[in-house]
Amino acid sequence: MKVIAEISRWAIPLLLLLIPVLAYLRKVPVYESFVAGAEEGFITGVRILPFLIGMLVAIRVFVDSGALETVSHWLQPLFALLGLDPNFAAIIPLAIMRPLSGSGALGVATQLINQYGPDSYIGRLASTLQGSTDTTFFVLTVYFGSVGIKKYRYALKLGLLADAIGLIVSVWIVTKVFH
Amino acid sequence: MVNLIWLLMLVTGIIVSGLNGHIESVTTSAMKAAELGVEVAIELIGVMSLWLGLMRLAEEAGFIKGISRLFGPAIRRLFPSLKQDSPALGAIIMNLSANILGLGNAATPFGLKAMQELQKENPTPDVASPAMITFLALNTSCITLIPATIIGVRLKANSVNPTEIIGTTIVATGCSMTIAIIVDYLIRHRRRK
Repeated sequence: MKVIAEISRWAIPLLLLLIPVLAYLRKVPVYESFVAGAEEGFITGVRILPFLIGMLVAIRVFVDSGALETVSHWLQPLFALLGLDPNFAAIIPLAIMRPLSGSGALGVATQLINQYGPDSYIGRLASTLQGSTDTTFFVLTVYFGSVGIKKYRYALKLGLLADAIGLIVSVWIVTKVFH
Repeated sequence: MVNLIWLLMLVTGIIVSGLNGHIESVTTSAMKAAELGVEVAIELIGVMSLWLGLMRLAEEAGFIKGISRLFGPAIRRLFPSLKQDSPALGAIIMNLSANILGLGNAATPFGLKAMQELQKENPTPDVASPAMITFLALNTSCITLIPATIIGVRLKANSVNPTEIIGTTIVATGCSMTIAIIVDYLIRHRRRK
């Protein structure tokens, strides 16, 4: 585990060192090429702006309304019937938020970790869930939007299926390993 | 489907805010979110320019071709519709590597770049190509070795063992990625017949 964490710490500095040095040795005009490549960043950033704003507004209005808390409150008795941890319902807002908004989900996860403790069942489950699923809905709309795709076909269903699997396996593995 | 989800989020949000007696929060939420969108895009321009600049260097030095040749055969099996020497492969590999290492803000520039390259090979410009769908499925379900952000949060919350969730995360992402690849493969094959 330590090795993996070290790799993560060194990855970017090493890339920043190795790519320019090796490119220079291969006679690439490093600075000019860098600038030429960087130019594309601006165009892409501007192009995704409307998609970002459209999605963020709808998501924010939905999340701030408190609808997620209401849903998880309704579901609480159901989880008790299934014999799950009585705090399990606290995970629901995170599970619903995860595909919609990365920063929103991180906020919920952070709050759960601080409220229940990082080494509690809920804290570990929230951590695993946050790391193992992605902001599928958001990524899809922005990535497709950036190149002008309007018909997503089966992309959204496939992405959300993967998230659902991630959620189910997270619950299963955290219960199995830490309980 | 996206149109409907978008509308549902807005309508539900406004109705529930009204029922909960804080309808004015809709106004602030919408305005703040719009501002946030600009912030995110501006930040992304910076990070994106940095990575695309580096990627251009790597390309001109021939590294991307080398990496594509190394990992290409395995990756290409998932993207049978791509050209033999497709420039999309390099960007796809870089995006997946960044995801695996948990480098979220490096993954997005490569991901957007990959989409642009995939779009060049897309015969129907407003409809998602199978290669794009496979890429997005991989991208969003991708195995994560280092959930760096959440480890940071656990560290700050004084966890006894902040990295103990690495194992469970690998299992969960491993399963979701495997299922995504299999289901995507099945869908593509059924549609071809």
